[in-house]
Amino acid sequence: MIRFLASVGALTLSFLAACGRLVLFAGRAIIAGVTPPYYPRLVLRQFVAIGYFSLTVVGLTALFTGMVLALQFYVASARFNAESAVATVVVLSVTRELGPVIAGLMVAGRVGAAMAAEIGTMRVTEQIDALTTLSTDPLRYLVWPRLLAGLLTLPFLVLIADIVGVFGGYIVGIYKLGFNPASYLTQTQEYLKSADVTSGLIKAAVFGFVVALMGCYQGYYSRGGAEGVGQATTYAVVSASILILLLDYFLTQAFFA
Amino acid sequence: MTPTGTSIPKIAVSGLQKSFGAKRVLAGVELEVAAGESLVVIGGSGTGKSVLMKCILGLLDPDAGSIRIDGEETAGLGGRHREQLMRKFGMLFQGSALFDSLNVWENVAFGLIEGRGVGRRPARETALQKLAAVGLGPEVATLRPAELSGGMQKRVALARAIAAEPEILFFDEPTTGLDPIMADVINRLIVQCVRGLGATAVSITHDMVSTRKIADRVAMLYQGRIVWQGPAADIDNSGNQFVDQFVHGREQGPIRMEVRAA
Repeated sequence: MIRFLASVGALTLSFLAACGRLVLFAGRAIIAGVTPPYYPRLVLRQFVAIGYFSLTVVGLTALFTGMVLALQFYVASARFNAESAVATVVVLSVTRELGPVIAGLMVAGRVGAAMAAEIGTMRVTEQIDALTTLSTDPLRYLVWPRLLAGLLTLPFLVLIADIVGVFGGYIVGIYKLGFNPASYLTQTQEYLKSADVTSGLIKAAVFGFVVALMGCYQGYYSRGGAEGVGQATTYAVVSASILILLLDYFLTQAFFA
Repeated sequence: MTPTGTSIPKIAVSGLQKSFGAKRVLAGVELEVAAGESLVVIGGSGTGKSVLMKCILGLLDPDAGSIRIDGEETAGLGGRHREQLMRKFGMLFQGSALFDSLNVWENVAFGLIEGRGVGRRPARETALQKLAAVGLGPEVATLRPAELSGGMQKRVALARAIAAEPEILFFDEPTTGLDPIMADVINRLIVQCVRGLGATAVSITHDMVSTRKIADRVAMLYQGRIVWQGPAADIDNSGNQFVDQFVHGREQGPIRMEVRAA
C-alpha cells in the first residue's frame, strides 16, 4: 500500500514539475521574444510554414466535416421532424466547435510534429548550443517566432475552415438533401451571431499557441539521438491534441455557460 | 602560441563540480589558462571533458565552484550579461553543428548578423575572407552544409568560430571522425587561426597527434579532477602514471574505462 502511494506521489510530483517547466519555458520565451533583437523574417517564415502550407489539409478536413455534419444531422433530425435546422446546426457547430478543434488537431499533426522534429534535431546535433555560443538566444530565435506565428495564424486558418465547412454543408444540403439554396442561406445567417465566430477564433489563437508551445518544448528538451527526437515528435502531437480538447471544454464553458 | 604574460589568467576554474543525478562528473576541477595560451584537456571518453567545456561556456550550470573569465565571475551568469560574454567566445563543435537551413556563408556570418547586428553585405565579405583563411574558395559559399564532406564541414565550422575574431576559442574533439590527412589540415588551421587572432585556446581531445600539434600546455582529466597538468613538451616524461597510460594507449594501468557517458 505504501509503495502504491509512493508511486502515486512520485507521479504527481513529476507531473507538477513538468507543468512548472512548461510554464517557465513559455514565460522565458515570451520575455525573450518581446525584447530586442527582433526577427520579423523568421516570424514571416513561420506564418508561411504554419498558415499557407496547412491550408490544403485544414480546408479539406473542414469541407468533409461540414458535409458529414449536414448529412448526419439530417438523418437524425428526420426522426423528430427537425430537418429544417440543418443549416443552423452546421454553421453553429462549425464556427463554435469543429472549425477550431479540427484545425487545431490538423495543425498539431502537421506543424507541431515538424517543429518538435526540427528543434529536436537541432538539440541533439548541438545546433542549439551553437546558437548560444554565437550570442543568439535560442528562445528568442527559434521558439518565439513559432509561438507568435501559431498564435496569430490559426485564427486565419479557422476563418477559412469555417467558410469551407459551411460551404460543405451547403453543397450536401442543396445537391443531396434537396434544400432550397436561398432558404438554406437565410437559415445559415439567421441564428449566427458574431460571438459564435469570435469565440471560435479566440479558441483558435489559444490552440495555435498550444500546438507551437508543445512542439517547441518537446523538441527543445529532447535528448538521446534519433530515438529521442522521434519520442519528442510523438509527445508533441499527443500532448497538444489532449490540451486542445481539454482547453476546448474550459473555453466553451467560459464563453457560453 | 605562447602566453602574453598578464597576471590575471584569461580563464580560471576553481572547485568546479557537476553531477547528473547520482553520477558525479566533475568533482572539483582546478584549472587556469593564461591569455594567449593554448591548453589541451585530454582524458578518456566519458571523463567529463565536454561537460567541463560546456560549464566554462555557460551551456551547463555548474553545481558548485567558480569560473572566472578575465577575472570576472561568470558561473550562473544569464540573460544579456551572458550574451555579452559569449562575444568573447568562438566554438568549434565536435559534429560541426552547422545550421542545416542556412548556406555556408550564412553559417559563417551568423554570429556577425544575428549576434552583432552587422549588415548582410559586409558580413558576407567577412565570411568569404574567413572561408579563404581555412582554405575554402567562394564557390562553396552558397552550398548547404549537407552538400559538404565531414572535413569541409569542420573547416566551415572553424571559419564560423573565428568569424567574429573572438578572444577565446574552444575546440571540442576537432579531429574526431576525420582521416589522418584532413585531421592534420584541421590541426594546422587551428594553430594558424589561434596565432593569427592572438586568441586563448582551450581544446578537448583524446587524439595525441592533435594534442602535440596544438597544445602549449596539457591537462589530464580523470574521474572529475585534473590529475596532471604541464607543458606539452613534458607529456612523454610527465612522471604521472595516468598520463603515461593514456599517452601510450596501454590497456594496463590505473585508468579504468567509464561505462556511461558523462
